Amino acid sequence: MIEVKNLNKSFDENQVLFDISGVFENGKCNMIIGASGSGKTVLMKSIIGLHRIDSGSIEYDGRNLPDMQMKEIRKLRREVGMLFQGSALFDSLTVMENVMYPLEMFSSETKAEMEKRAIFCLERVDLTNKAFDLFPSEISGGMQKRVAIARAIALNPKYLFCDEPNSGLDPKTALIIDKLIQEITQEYNITTIINSHDMNSVMEIGDYILFINKGRKAWEGNNKMIFNSDVQELNDFVFASELFKKVKEVNS
Amino acid sequence: MNYLYQTGQYAMLMHKVFTKPDRWKMFWRQFPKEVEKLGLASLPIVIIISIFIGAILTIQTKLNTENPLLPTYSTGLVTRDTLLLEFSSTIMCLILAGKVGSNIASEIGTMRITEQIDAIEIMGVNSANYLILPKITAFIVMMPFLVIFSMAIGLVGGYLVGMFSDIITVADYLLGIQYAFVPYYIFYSVVKSLVFAFIISSVASYYGYFAYGGALDVGKASTNAVVNSSILILFFNLLITNLMLN
Repeated sequence: MIEVKNLNKSFDENQVLFDISGVFENGKCNMIIGASGSGKTVLMKSIIGLHRIDSGSIEYDGRNLPDMQMKEIRKLRREVGMLFQGSALFDSLTVMENVMYPLEMFSSETKAEMEKRAIFCLERVDLTNKAFDLFPSEISGGMQKRVAIARAIALNPKYLFCDEPNSGLDPKTALIIDKLIQEITQEYNITTIINSHDMNSVMEIGDYILFINKGRKAWEGNNKMIFNSDVQELNDFVFASELFKKVKEVNS
Repeated sequence: MNYLYQTGQYAMLMHKVFTKPDRWKMFWRQFPKEVEKLGLASLPIVIIISIFIGAILTIQTKLNTENPLLPTYSTGLVTRDTLLLEFSSTIMCLILAGKVGSNIASEIGTMRITEQIDAIEIMGVNSANYLILPKITAFIVMMPFLVIFSMAIGLVGGYLVGMFSDIITVADYLLGIQYAFVPYYIFYSVVKSLVFAFIISSVASYYGYFAYGGALDVGKASTNAVVNSSILILFFNLLITNLMLN
C-alpha cells in the first residue's frame, strides 16, 4: 500500500501540486486521472521519487520516501516496476535482453534460472519466442508495451507504476493492455498506480480513482461512483465526449 | 551564474559516475563494447587524418624552409616534433571531440528523452555509473594507443612524400625523424591525451545526461558537448604544456 499525505510540490516559484492525499491499496488498479497539465505526471514522478517534494509524506507500507537517503531510495526502487508512456525499452538490447536486464542487475540466480524467469514473464504477457531475439524497433507499439510490462514484473515488484499505458495504441490493443495490467495486479497482489486520461481504461479497470484538477485533488472514488459525481470539473472531464454523455444518461 | 551552476552539476554527476558499480559483471560487459565503439571505431579517421597531415606537414615544412643554411634533416625533425608535440595529441583530440563527443552526447541524450535513463533509475540502478563509467574508462584506456598510432601513421605519411615525390629524399627524412629525439615528448603527449580523453567523454556525457525536450535538444546537447570540450581541450593544453615543458 502507498499512502500519500498532504503532498505539495513546486518548481521554483510555480506550485503545481497542492495538498494531495490518497491511499493506493494493493491488489487494486489505482488511477490518477486529470486533464493534460493538471499535474498527474508530476504527482506520479513525485510518488516514485523522481521529483523531491516540498512537503508531505509518501509512505510505502510505512516507509516514508522523503525521509530516505539515495541509497535507501535505490533499495526501495528494486521493489518497483514501471511501465513508461513510450515503453522506454533499451534500443540496443533485444526483447529477451531487456527483460533479463533487471534480473542480471539484481538477481543472484544462475543465468539459466534468470532466462527461465524472463521467458516466464514474456509468456505471461502473451509474447512468443519468435519475438525474443528482436530489437524494440522491430516490434509493434503494443508488443513494446507487453515487453515493458514483462520487464517491470521480472523482479516480482510490490509496486507497479504505469504512465499512460495506452497512449498510441488502438482501442483493442489498449483494452488488452488494461486487462493485462489488471490481471497482473490481482494475481501478484501488487499496488498498481496508473496515470491516465483514457476514459475507457478508467471505466474498465479503475478500482480507485484520484481526480486531479489544476494541481488539487478534486475527487476520489471508483469507476462505479464516477457516474454519480456532482463535481463539475470531473463531469466536464469524464463526460467530454458525446459517447460518455449518452452512457451517463443511460446509467442515470 | 549559469556557468557556475553547470560546473556544480557536472561535479555532482562525476561523483555519481565514480562510485562502485552495482554489478561489476555489467560494467565488464559494457567496457569492451565501449572500447570497440569509441576506440577501435575511431581508428579509420585517425589513420586517414594522420597520414595526410604527416604528408602535408612534410611538404609544407620543406617548401617553407628552403635555405642552404638549414641542415637537410630539418624537415623530418620539424615534422616529427610537430606530430609528437601537438598534432597527434591536441589536434587529433579536437577531431575526436567531434566524432566521439557527439556520439556519446547523442546516445545518452536520446536515452534521456525516451525515458530509458528514467527506466534505469526506477529499477534502482545508478544510471550515471552504469552508462557513463564504461565510456570514460574505455576512452581513457584507448586514447594513448590512438595517439601513439597517430604519431606513427603521421610519420609514415611524411615517409611516403619522400618515396613518391622529389620534394625530400627518404634518407634526409629518416635522418630528420631520428635526430635529437626526445622520448619525453611521447610521455608528454600521452599525459595530455589522457586528460583530453577524460574531458571529451565526461563533458559529452554531461550534456547528454542532462538533455531534455526532443530531437532538436539532443542535437543542441551534442553541439554544446563538442564546442565546450574543444574549448576545455585548448585551455588544458596550455596549462599542461606550461607545466610539463616550461
